[in-house]
Amino acid sequence: MTVPEEAPPIALSLSGITKRFGALTANEGVDLDLRRGEIVALLGENGAGKTTLMNILFGHYVADEGEVRVAGPDGTLVPLEPGSPHAALEAGIGMVHQHFTLAENLTTFENIVLGTAPLLSARLAARAAREKLQELMRRSGLVVDLDARISRLSVGEKQRVEILKALYRDARVLVLDEPTAVLTPQESETLFETLKALAAQGLAIVFISHKLAEVLAASDRIAVLRLGRKVADLPAADCDRQTLAELMVGHQVTMSRREPQAAGEVLLALSAVTCGEGRDTVSDIGFELRAGEILGIAGVSGNGQAMLARLLSGLERQTSGDIRLAGREIRAHDAADMIRAGVARIPEDRHRDGVVGAMSVAENLVIEEIRSSRYQRFGFLDFRAIADRAVEAIASYDIRCPGGSAVARLLSGGNIQKIVLARTLDASPSVVLAAQPSRGLDIGATGDVHRRLLEARGRGAGVILISEDLDELFALSDRIAVIHRGRLSPPRPAEELDRAAVGLMMAGQHTEDAAA
Amino acid sequence: MSDILDILLAANFWAAALRIATPLIFGVLGALICERAGVLNLGIEGIFTAGAMAGWMAAWLGAGLWGGVLVAALAGAAFGLLHAILTVPLGLSQHVSGIGVTLFATSLSYYTYRTALPDVSSPPRIEAFQPLDIPILSDLPFLGPALFQQTALTFLALALVVAVGFVLYRTPLGLAIRAVGDNPSAVEAQGLSVMALRMGTVVAGSALMALGGAFLTMSAFDAFFFGMVNGRGWICIALTVFASWRPGKALIGALLFGAFDAFQVRLQTEVGSFVPGQIFLMLPYILSIAALVVVARKADYPRALLKPYFKGQR
Repeated sequence: MTVPEEAPPIALSLSGITKRFGALTANEGVDLDLRRGEIVALLGENGAGKTTLMNILFGHYVADEGEVRVAGPDGTLVPLEPGSPHAALEAGIGMVHQHFTLAENLTTFENIVLGTAPLLSARLAARAAREKLQELMRRSGLVVDLDARISRLSVGEKQRVEILKALYRDARVLVLDEPTAVLTPQESETLFETLKALAAQGLAIVFISHKLAEVLAASDRIAVLRLGRKVADLPAADCDRQTLAELMVGHQVTMSRREPQAAGEVLLALSAVTCGEGRDTVSDIGFELRAGEILGIAGVSGNGQAMLARLLSGLERQTSGDIRLAGREIRAHDAADMIRAGVARIPEDRHRDGVVGAMSVAENLVIEEIRSSRYQRFGFLDFRAIADRAVEAIASYDIRCPGGSAVARLLSGGNIQKIVLARTLDASPSVVLAAQPSRGLDIGATGDVHRRLLEARGRGAGVILISEDLDELFALSDRIAVIHRGRLSPPRPAEELDRAAVGLMMAGQHTEDAAA
Repeated sequence: MSDILDILLAANFWAAALRIATPLIFGVLGALICERAGVLNLGIEGIFTAGAMAGWMAAWLGAGLWGGVLVAALAGAAFGLLHAILTVPLGLSQHVSGIGVTLFATSLSYYTYRTALPDVSSPPRIEAFQPLDIPILSDLPFLGPALFQQTALTFLALALVVAVGFVLYRTPLGLAIRAVGDNPSAVEAQGLSVMALRMGTVVAGSALMALGGAFLTMSAFDAFFFGMVNGRGWICIALTVFASWRPGKALIGALLFGAFDAFQVRLQTEVGSFVPGQIFLMLPYILSIAALVVVARKADYPRALLKPYFKGQR
């Protein structure tokens, strides 16, 4: 290998890409050049148009304006036929989607060679393909079991298969959409090492991310997208977290701060509550939630917090113990009763439990209050009132969508969460139950969620914050309790706890001491 | 007890089992490849009827037996194309479309038959396929009469089991068909057309189903009757699950059903005096359901079965 004296040749060039979905402009005049051997991070909030841009590149969408040009094997840039994944593959573009495109019932080998031989050829040229793959695995360090069914592989292994798929087709440009979203921190580290090795072999790599730390650590250059436009394109060495965060969000980023505030009367009290069988259980749980406080419940997923959330949402009934809401005993599991009693529920799986995906944004916004006279006229739905409510909520909660009639399923996770927030918090609930409210959200959306929870606290609501994220818990909570294997430690003021101690309790250590 | 043993040891019992299984083999292979591509084809019952009618009528009009088989396959392919258009690019409910195709194909077949032959009281007959006389094999003791005195269509069905298995598991096309029924996004991401694969497979599968119908009028019988398909298509849908979408197991399933059916006919003559005949007629169906319960609980469905795919949709 020779050391290049000047900048390596351009492998891919996007110019003036504009894409609109109805009233929503996903990309506007985006230019991006990618050179051989370079790792470029495409940074942006959810809904900034990163994935749309890459889907245009890969031919899933056709751009309304602009052009994609790719370097051929000889280095000259030729326009890429729009709207054809086949053409993109032929041009040497490989894409690793956030949701893997693997056939689970097929083997690794079958997934990789799928579509690489002419369909009507008589046999799979299996031996030659295997030899090529062995060589690729050796060179890239991406080792997988070729004969394992995809359904048996771990998430990290599936991602390796996706990358191998691209390499097997001799990709010269590799695009990865949120590659670390599903990986553990260790797996992410391995992935970036692999990517660096591949780039050193001449591959041009773009990866999409909204995580500042990994973008800074893993890329050579960072392109920031905001509201569909490219707002910055900088060498990674010239960036720091603060500037990137501000470029992404478009304004000064200030972490919401919790102001000291005296807690009021007891809103919700649990004593010796037990519920569920098997893994996801709560046993003998007791705590009090007061007005104007945020009670953080820390714990690694699967330790009973999902059950606790369902219980307090009115979706489950305790087998024993006592739950009192504003002094009134709650017996039956009745979600509607909980809503009437002023419990706002922000569910953990917002796509499944937070919205009805097939219904519109407007319908999702009023769905909990559909019986109220506010949205009815003579017993029928008052569509004007519903539409007005949608316009107001979309504006005040900054829900990025084409309008109130947009289908909720098509929104990004952050915007779906904003629908949930608008629906639940606008009714001035007395108790807010927030389960993993910022999981998978970008900085901007996370900041919105935190601000809204603090506002609810400021109004005098009691907030239960179930989270795995210690930063979030310590930033927001007045008191913190740790749940482990269904048992809850007594809540303590956040000031008296330190992160290391809570981390250990989440892992199951010292729970006995803490409970004692 | 010895009666039952006598039945099982008779060569004509096995010959009958294979004969009864033949239309099911065609049908289950057709249903299987459609479902492997992710499309349930409940048009099968009607496609059987269309194949039976079209094949017989072509032969009766002088197209020759093999000409009739070809016409039957084309008729099946035409109804398959209808089902494919409704379910693949339009993404309509596969159940509703399939039942619609069954009703349409059945009625159109009866209508065509009645229009062509308004006045006949007894169905006209054709010169049907005759059992082949294969040198050496047909003359083997027991095995000869049991297995090798069948018509050409039965051997075609057996050959197709091998052919479909080979295509599915040994060729790039088969790999693509299996993948498109499992995760169409994977197929699109590899630059193949989900729509072309699914539509092509449904058309081919429907042609296979129609051959099962053609067997009824051109080999098992030599005429077309109303109601002659008699639920065989539905049995194939069940057998597909029983077979876990594998051609080899599909053959076994079809043969088992054929054996049950042949067995009940013979058992009826043995003990029919004190057990109502309807009990015996139920027997193969009851046993099919029982086998299905045992096998299907563990069945590994093609994951994209029944799910329409729209390009670029999230």
